[in-house]
Order: sequence, then structure tokens, then C-alpha cells
Amino acid sequence: MLVLDLALKSLRNRLLTTVLTVGSIALSVALLLGVENVRTGMRESFSNTISDTQLIVGPKSGTIQLLLYSVFGMGSPTQNISWDAYQEWAGHPSVEWTIPYALGDSHRGFRVIGTDAAFYEHYRYRGGQSIELAAGEPALGVFDVVIGSQVAGELGYTVGDQIAVTHGMGGFITHDDTPFAITGILDATFTPVDRAIYVTLEGIEAMHEGWEGGVPPMSAMSFGEGPGAEGDEAQAAPVQSADPADYPPTQVTAFFVGLTNVRDVLSLQRDINEWETEPIMAVMPGLALSEMWQGLGFAEQGLQLVSLFVVAVGLLGMLVSLYTSLDARRREMAILRAIGAGPVRIILLLVLESFLLAAIGAALGVAVVYGGLTLAQPWVESQFGLYLPIQALSQLEYTYLGAVIGAGFIIGFVPAVKAYRTALHDGLAVRV
Amino acid sequence: MILDVPSLRLETGTRTFLHGPSGSGKTTLLGLLAGVLTADQGEVRILGDDLTRMSGARRDAFRARHVGYVFQMFNLIPYLSVLENIILPVRMHAERRRRMKESSPAAEARRLASALDIDQALGASVGSLSVGQQQRVAACRALIGSPEIIIADEPTSSLDHDRRDAFLDLLLEACEGAGSTLVFVSHDPTLASHFEQQVSLGEANVAGRTAVSPGAA
Repeated sequence: MLVLDLALKSLRNRLLTTVLTVGSIALSVALLLGVENVRTGMRESFSNTISDTQLIVGPKSGTIQLLLYSVFGMGSPTQNISWDAYQEWAGHPSVEWTIPYALGDSHRGFRVIGTDAAFYEHYRYRGGQSIELAAGEPALGVFDVVIGSQVAGELGYTVGDQIAVTHGMGGFITHDDTPFAITGILDATFTPVDRAIYVTLEGIEAMHEGWEGGVPPMSAMSFGEGPGAEGDEAQAAPVQSADPADYPPTQVTAFFVGLTNVRDVLSLQRDINEWETEPIMAVMPGLALSEMWQGLGFAEQGLQLVSLFVVAVGLLGMLVSLYTSLDARRREMAILRAIGAGPVRIILLLVLESFLLAAIGAALGVAVVYGGLTLAQPWVESQFGLYLPIQALSQLEYTYLGAVIGAGFIIGFVPAVKAYRTALHDGLAVRV
Repeated sequence: MILDVPSLRLETGTRTFLHGPSGSGKTTLLGLLAGVLTADQGEVRILGDDLTRMSGARRDAFRARHVGYVFQMFNLIPYLSVLENIILPVRMHAERRRRMKESSPAAEARRLASALDIDQALGASVGSLSVGQQQRVAACRALIGSPEIIIADEPTSSLDHDRRDAFLDLLLEACEGAGSTLVFVSHDPTLASHFEQQVSLGEANVAGRTAVSPGAA
């Protein structure tokens, strides 16, 4: 009790050094825990980009490539799957539902995805959350468009706006002959869904009506000389039918599969991969995502390593400040010795001081992290699409905190042993 | 060899004036008496116990129980208040607490502080005190819980003449009140008249049997 009282008062006496030391430990602990939180958040939001989907099927290519363009909206597929093949597997007895994805078009840099009602019904992310509309209706008609929350935010669109769609990513050919109108805006999901524009499969076909081999029909080009280019009115609106039956889907890029019985997943995957009619493949998203994350893991490990070094530097700073204060405290040690404090008490005093510095620093670091999370969570969400969950400290984080406090305790022995030696050498007379 | 004392005996309750030129080993002798240093040869018996045979931890406990120490200067721990400085020994050892004349450490500190005429400074911070006040606070701390032995290592050397005499009078009076044996070190021979026994280290420190036995059994 006496030693604790002395340690506290001594720390209070050197308030500036104490505050700086505690502050540097707190910041380094906050950095360590913050990095850990971001890491967890990243991993969770990554592996929760899609959930409750047993298989993703696409043309034969690499697993990661398929994941990238189907789930993450990155890169482009090189081939598509024929409509017949899609129908074949969608009708498979083990399949409960499928969500078709037709890719290849964009609108002002955002991907346009052709899909159907199954998307709104079955698409799940982050532990089974479904797609919700913030406003309007799902895109079910040929010229209906639903936009992700980020698209709406960045382009300032609202329900009812008319938009034009570009062929290819960031291409220059605009399908400005097709009158797409926004019918709905999705709630934020903090997944790539937010950055996509959803139309129907028929809508995709309608956009490409008359196109052959990736070249638009002459009627849609402004130098109108082909069929239907006789008058300005005809050129402005050559495709006007909104009947889905007029635009039967011909292909999809990929599709998501939900099974009636999850146990069938391996056999269905094998059947799809070995199908000889068309070269297609099926991947299990959970497995593929965790494989992919492991491939990206070196970056997070680097981040973690750096924050561990920062903590080490913070603790070394404490060692330096305690050690340099010792010379000024030789007198104090001699007084304590004279009053009857043995070397054990002197060592205990200094170890307790460093332990207190580390413990207070660690506690403050935790407070900084939670305070920072609370403040920054909405901003990080909106700015980076990264959802940082505020949750109780994990086992690993407790281990970190324990290690920091333990290290503070152990580091305290360095100045303590020095003080003990000095005290023994000085005896009661300090030779300054 | 730093110090060679053939024999030295101090009776309980006496006031001894220890003097000698610098370098004669005064501080070393005090270190031996306080149990901070150990003799290479011979023995140091205090109150019947042989300090040389004790472990370091037991010597520390012995010092906490039986010895009050006053330094030449810088006696006080800067981050504690005057009162906290005075009551440190009774917090350090239960026996010092039991021997207090008052019921609480604070009351005991107040009693001693008024005896040494420093009670008005109890709440002050250490840094605001003059050297003379600091020495009186140090004397209070040495005396609290009535230790058998008070060791004062040139406590007056940083005081001017008037303050020195006033301090010495108060210290002697308080020691008498506590029934403590006083070992007072100074290089100022004019103080010797206040003491009933005088030891000159120049004389004591001669080759021969090394044994220091202050305090009667």
C-alpha cells in the first residue's frame, strides 16, 4: 500500500513526463487495437460480401477471376454462359434458386448488371442480410433500373431519373437510344452491390437490340444511314417496345446458386465442372473468399507488424523516461533506504511505476479506440465502404493488452535493478 | 580498508558527539550503525542484535524499527507533503506505529512538529520550506514512533549559527522526550559541549580489534 501510494505520488509529481509517457503508450496501444479492428472489419466485410450462396457458376476461368467480376465488380469476364446452359442448371433438381448476372455494360463508371427478381429475393450478404430498397420498386420491367446506394449518392440520382448506359466499362458508345428510368434505390450494404446498377436481363438485351458482333446497329449511330434512319423521330427512339417477350435473354455471365440441401454442394459442383456441353465452372464462395483473403493477408500482417513496432517504441520511450529520471531520484532512494526501505521495496516502487504507466496507457488506449470507433464508424463506412463493428475486445486484443502491460512490468525491472544497485552503492550518502 | 574501529560503546539514552576530519570515515561508521553497510570484520551490536549476522532484508527491517536518520540536507521526498514525509516511518513499520504516543500518525506528527516548532508548515509542500525548516521536519520524521537510536549526519552544517543552536536544542529535547540514543556527527567542535559523550574518529579509527557496539544490551 505504501509503495503504491509512493508510486502514484511520484508519478503525479512528474506529471508532464507521466502524461507524455502514458500518452505515447495509449496512442501506440490504440494504433495496435485500431489496426486489429480494421483488420477484423476488413476480413469480415470481405468474407461477408456474399453469404448464403452455395455456388457461383461462370465460364471456365480462374476461381479468383470469377469471384472478382461476379462478387466484387472488378475485371471483366472473357466469355458468357449460354441461356440454354443457364436454364439447364437452374432447373437442376438440387437447385432451389439462381440469380443470373449479365455483365459488360456501365453507366458513368458504375457497372450495369442484368439480373432478375431472384436478385431482390435471394441475394444475401453479411450473415444473411437481404437486399432492401431504400426507395422505389425492384427493376422488373425492361427499362427499369435500380441503383446501388453509392451510385445514387455520387451521381445524385433519384427515383424517376432517366439514364443512359454505356457498352463496356468506361466505353464511349452510349446506348442513348434506350430509355432506362430509375425505379428504385437500394439500401447501403457496404458491399460492391452499392456500386452497381441493376437492370433486367431483358433490359440488357434491349440495349443491344440490333447489335451484331459488338457493333451497334446503324440506326443508333448519329451518322444515320441504315434502316430506321429516315427521320429524326425514328432515330431518337428506335426501340420502344417494353414487352419483355420482345427481348428474350440469350446469355448470362455468371449465376449464383442456392441449394435446397446444402449437402449436395460438392456433387453439384463436380457435375458442373465436368459438364461437357459447355466449359463452365462452379466455385464455393466461402472457401474461395477465404483462399483469396489469405492471398491478400501479407498486407494485413505487414500492418500488424508495424503497429507492434510502434508499441515497442512506446514502451521503450517509457523505459527511457524512467531510466533518465533515476539520476534525479538517487536522493529519494537514499532517503527511502534510510527510513528502512530495502532493495525489494525500491525495486517494487520502480516496477510498480512502469506497470502503472503501461496499465494506464493501455486502458487509455482502449478508450481511445472505442471513442475513435464510435466517432469514425459512420465516416469510414461512407468513405471506404468498410463497416467496423464495435464489439467487445477479442481474445487476441486481450492478449495484446496483457502483453503490453506485462512488457511494462518487465521493462520496469531495468531501471529498478539500476536503482537498486545505485542505492546499494550509494548507501545513505549520495555522492553527487 | 576504509574504517578500522577497535571498539566503540554507546549506552542507551546517551547523547554522543561524533567528530573527525572529512575522510575519517564518519559516514561509513553511520552506514554501519544504520545497517546499510556491513563490516568486513568484527561485529556491530545494536540493542543486543548483531547486525553483521543479519541478512540485508533483516537489517532493513531493523533500521525501519529502531533507527531514525537525519541527513545533512535534502532529507525530504519532494513529492510528499510535510506531513506525509513525517509519517513515512510509521507506515513503513508496524512497530514504530505501536510506539507512537498519540493514537494516529497524523496526531503524532503534529505533536512532534509542535515540539520542534514546525507545526505551522505541516500542510505545506516540501519545496516551500527553508533549509532550517526542512531539517526540523527531518528530525520529526526521525523521531516519530520513538526509535531507540537517532543518527544525525551533520544536520546543522547547512544552517547559520543561530538556527543551528535552536535546532540542536529542539533535537536534544525531543530525543530526551522519546528516550532515544542520539549519535550526532559534526565537524564543528563548538557543538561538542551539548553532548555528554564525545568520540573523535581520528582517535577511534586506529588499527586493532574492529568492533563497534553502540547501544547497551
